[in-house]
Amino acid sequence: MIIGALVFAIQTGLLIVSPQGPIRTVSAAVAAARPGDTIRVRTGTYREPTITIDRPLTIIGDSGAVLDGQGRHAILIVHADHVTVRGLDFIDTGMAYTEDRAALRVADARDCRVEHNRFERTFFAIYLAAATDCVIADNVITGRPGREAATGNGIHMWSSRNILVAGNRISGHRDGIYLEFTRHADVRGNVSEGNVRYGMHFMYSDSSNYAGNTFRANGSGVAVMYTRVVRMTGNVFTSNHGAVSYGLLFKEIQDPYLDGNLFSGNTVGLLADGADRLIAVHNRFEDNGWALRLFGSTVDGRFEANTFRRNSFDVAVNGNGTSTVFNGNWWDGYHGWDLNHDGIGDVPYRPMRLFAMLIEQAPPALLLQRSLFVKVLDAAERVLPVLTPTLVIDEHPLMRAPVGAAR
Amino acid sequence: MTEVLCLLRPAWREALRGRWLIGLAIALAGAGEMLIRFGGGGATTIVSLLDVVLIVTPLAALVVGTMQVHNAREITELFLAQPIARRRLFIGLYLGTALPLAAALTIGLLAPFAWHGLLFSPLAASLLRLGAATAALTMIGSAVAFVVALKADDRVRALGFALGGWLIGAVLWDGVILLLALLFGDRPVEIPLLVALAFNPIDLARVLLLLGTDAAALFGYTGAVVQHTMGTAAGHALLITALALWLALPLWFAARTFDHKDF
Repeated sequence: MIIGALVFAIQTGLLIVSPQGPIRTVSAAVAAARPGDTIRVRTGTYREPTITIDRPLTIIGDSGAVLDGQGRHAILIVHADHVTVRGLDFIDTGMAYTEDRAALRVADARDCRVEHNRFERTFFAIYLAAATDCVIADNVITGRPGREAATGNGIHMWSSRNILVAGNRISGHRDGIYLEFTRHADVRGNVSEGNVRYGMHFMYSDSSNYAGNTFRANGSGVAVMYTRVVRMTGNVFTSNHGAVSYGLLFKEIQDPYLDGNLFSGNTVGLLADGADRLIAVHNRFEDNGWALRLFGSTVDGRFEANTFRRNSFDVAVNGNGTSTVFNGNWWDGYHGWDLNHDGIGDVPYRPMRLFAMLIEQAPPALLLQRSLFVKVLDAAERVLPVLTPTLVIDEHPLMRAPVGAAR
Repeated sequence: MTEVLCLLRPAWREALRGRWLIGLAIALAGAGEMLIRFGGGGATTIVSLLDVVLIVTPLAALVVGTMQVHNAREITELFLAQPIARRRLFIGLYLGTALPLAAALTIGLLAPFAWHGLLFSPLAASLLRLGAATAALTMIGSAVAFVVALKADDRVRALGFALGGWLIGAVLWDGVILLLALLFGDRPVEIPLLVALAFNPIDLARVLLLLGTDAAALFGYTGAVVQHTMGTAAGHALLITALALWLALPLWFAARTFDHKDF
């Protein structure tokens, strides 16, 4: 029977794995396949030792084709170029404190596609090490949130090039999407929520693009560190609450570009600690505790045509000021006028209130939030503008919120 | 008890006759209606109403309470000539003043939500807090007003003291807290400051209300500390106990003054 199946495979390039068929394990199919063959995995649960793919293959799972790690081991290792893995369910790798155990690992490979798979209760779900020209798309990754050390990352990329990560849903992992030493990644249309640490975390990953992703209610938010040239457009950073949470953290970043993103309902919308030449246009900051916090190490930034609405504090700058320029943004706290009707307010706006500055010096004063005393302070500032700190100023505040800002 | 109820009735009538209460309730309902209409009736409406509650309620309770004691002076003297225990007369007077006021303010606050059908929306929990805070602040404000009015016989002086008390509670005390925070700002003094807040019922109510919105979650470390210490059941119990003390102590003091007062 096995010989019959192999003859069929040789004729058609298609091998079929099924619980009752002649080929009952994926490993056996891989061993029998020639480069370029397709392996079709029928519905059923397959419990076998870690499968290593060492030749160009396409593996397609029928709905309900489950590869079970039995809580003990990694499931699939791709160690060849031109491999496609589609439609499989990966479950239960178990935890591992001594290795980065991954349900699906791609190592030293080019041109791989990982699409439409499901990952449940895996330590790391998808792990790319030194992969090039890969597509990771439309996977659903559901971890079991626990302590930080008890769970790995959803999609982990290390030292990889030209990776497209699109349309995945990741939750319950340590970091939803993680990139380290990865260049030219394109991360778009993913939803990363409820992860223990970061929705997305990347370090030393230059020249990458992040568009249309949603990062919601992750432990800390999204952290971008030690990276040059980051482009983020149309993303949503939302509902990151906590003592040290933020929508987006820039730490030691050069030339980040933010366009059309929405920051809403975060403790801090955007936290910049050492971001050089940050450019932010057409973003919306709404319902955050602080829309922006800029540390003194953030230099030469530019904020234009952004919308600031219903934030408790729009901008907080620590230290003696900032070289970041605000120009032509819309602030809901602006009470100026526009005599020549050019849409630009005639008096500058200083978005950093006195109370915000006092809180920078004495954070516990936040206990007075919404106290009448603070309103009296605000009123005093309006009557005596000299009280308002001049650390941050928008010389040309808009009279109307820019249309088409963010989605 | 029946005596107390009998005493409640004239006080209640007196309160209604003054039309103070109806005016207050309508004003509050009007503010709520505007906020729902222009604010969409969401969480932002609640937050805006929170300001109204924290400012208006204690002020109204202090002013109305003080006036009421002086207005009821003649009837008090009349009752004192009857064989009624002074303590009972006091309880009747206090409840007759505080309960209608608390009812008027709470109803005025919640009525717009009721007729917009928002009472049992996701806002219900916040509204409950808001209503409870309004009632508590009214009862406390009235108790303080009784102390002031019984201590100061002159109507204008009493009103002056009441307004001064409101100013301290609503504004000045928080100024002191801010000063303390600035003095010790580099240290984690959240807990000592929370204790300092407890000396002001308006601050207590504010913390209680803020815990009901997601605002507390938005304030980083301080918000987390407040949520962690006061957001728990024990924390709530502590806040409510502190508020209860704020009701009991002035009431006891006012009752003692009333017992020995020579009208």
